[in-house]
Amino acid sequence: MSNNEVNRTRRNLILATSALGGAGMAAAAWPFIASMSPSDKAKGLGAPVEVDISTLEPGAKVVFKWRGQPVWVVYRTKEMLDGLAKVKDKLIDPDSNSSKQPGYAKNVFRATKKRPEILVLVGLCTHLGCSPSDKLKALSDAETGPDWQGGFYCPCHGSRFDLAGRVYKTSPAPINLPVPPYTFLSETRILIGEESKGA
Amino acid sequence: MGMLKQLLGWVDDRFPLTATWKQHLSEYYAPKNFNFWYFFGSLALLVLVLQLVTGIFLTMHYKPDASLNAAGVPVAFASVEYIMRDVNWGWLIRYLHATGASMFFVVVYLHMFRGLIYGSYQKPRELIWIFGCFIYVALMAEAFMGYLLPWGQMSFWGAQVIVNLFTAIPFVGEEIGIWIRGDYVISDATLSRFFAFHVAAVPLVLLGLVVMHLVALHEVGSNNPDGIEIKKKKDPETHIPLDGIPFHPYYTVKDIVGVSVFLIVFSVIMFFTPEMGGYFLEANNFVPADPFKTPEHIAPLWYFTAFYSILRAVPPMFDSQFPGVIAMGMAIVVLFLLPWLDKSPVKSIRYRGPIYKWALTLFIASFLILSYLGTLSTTTERTLVAQVCSVIYFLFFILMPWYTRMDKTKPEPERVTA
Repeated sequence: MSNNEVNRTRRNLILATSALGGAGMAAAAWPFIASMSPSDKAKGLGAPVEVDISTLEPGAKVVFKWRGQPVWVVYRTKEMLDGLAKVKDKLIDPDSNSSKQPGYAKNVFRATKKRPEILVLVGLCTHLGCSPSDKLKALSDAETGPDWQGGFYCPCHGSRFDLAGRVYKTSPAPINLPVPPYTFLSETRILIGEESKGA
Repeated sequence: MGMLKQLLGWVDDRFPLTATWKQHLSEYYAPKNFNFWYFFGSLALLVLVLQLVTGIFLTMHYKPDASLNAAGVPVAFASVEYIMRDVNWGWLIRYLHATGASMFFVVVYLHMFRGLIYGSYQKPRELIWIFGCFIYVALMAEAFMGYLLPWGQMSFWGAQVIVNLFTAIPFVGEEIGIWIRGDYVISDATLSRFFAFHVAAVPLVLLGLVVMHLVALHEVGSNNPDGIEIKKKKDPETHIPLDGIPFHPYYTVKDIVGVSVFLIVFSVIMFFTPEMGGYFLEANNFVPADPFKTPEHIAPLWYFTAFYSILRAVPPMFDSQFPGVIAMGMAIVVLFLLPWLDKSPVKSIRYRGPIYKWALTLFIASFLILSYLGTLSTTTERTLVAQVCSVIYFLFFILMPWYTRMDKTKPEPERVTA
């Protein structure tokens, strides 16, 4: 039995050496893990973009690129804005409580108070990131379902959104399309990606 | 001859060449009753070699670069077109690789099915099964990352959907997604790293796992269609199993027949229908990646569609699609547990009772239906069918400890049957 007795000093030294070695391994792994995060160059491309909507007609949509993602700007007509109230009961999150948007866009139009007709959305489905197709007109078809008031339909898994990017019930997407931070620089110029303060 | 023998002796004193040959081939005793289902292990090895060789030659011409060339086409996409049109025999090498990927899954699925029906995962072969499951997961990673490389529409949006599965993880998902992509969207950074993983990291892991799979197999010995241990009945003098025959030359020669038939089938597909009607190569992937436009219908390649169906079958809960992602992950994780879920006293389907046979039939049917549904877009009815099949898929595993105990099995024979 005495032969098998543990040499405590040695065991502690082994433990200390292992711990230090483990910490060293973790430290050595860090640069490799961190190298996979976006580089400074990629982050630079995530800066806000300034866009011109002077040619955007009422009822039409235009797509811009921000952080490599499609950002939609929709100029909604009065009928389109009126349609938003009609679909309220069919939505998962009509008041956008669980959805992502700047505070100034957390309202029924999901737009600024000053320009409620202009909708700015990140055009990627909150389900798995496909880009939904336009179904802007209030025309029902097999994909949109009955009583369509205009909106978007995701071709990947059939999520449906209204003209404020709010998701319909029975869609696989859990929350509304996100509204990115944006601010009006003038009547026709929008800065996308920057918080506007109190606009 | 004397010289050669001397040379062999010289090597054997320094490296176990003859010993390894004997241990794994000429004196590895495999049961003599292997049937058709035992071709697919060696065929998987053949396809692995084929993929490695064709892959190496493809890297000589392929460029993992998402930037646009002078003609406005992504460099990666253009380099694949270049391989197909201008590189000597490039079309052959690329179609071998693309068809090979699908055929890899064909033989691996048949190989797994063999393990399932003959109980090859049961004690003492649990580790062989687990290494096999890891091989399967590594193969899925390899196939998924390889599919991004041509930088077509399906490459791009497929990767977008799969990487977004990780962003569904609560709290840290968004950060993990950015870390995996190296950008806010699938981009050049993503393409380059997937290339690195596809051509170096994952193949190395895969090779290591294949070696472990085989070493574990040769440690305990092969199972057989009767599911009984041939090592229990040994010749008292030679200690060779009475029902065992040396792998070489008996099974090497048998496998040559399998290889020949397989290569005929493979060649027919590769030369006459390399796209397999959109199942092996999707039409949308002949369009360069466009981050602004999702194709009308996107679906993963056929070998992922069962899991994709399970993902879609689970509705979002608590404002999150994470439950679906969990279900999909569990559908794979549960495979690893199989050796401990099966409580049957017999291994082979030949001696199992009716309950297991029904359960297995339902399981295979639900897997096939899920796979088929995964290639289609969703409707309310299809989602309902997918939900029913997903439940059957999981019940096969969850209820296994009970129904395998209850089942009325037949007595196993003492020796293997013809």
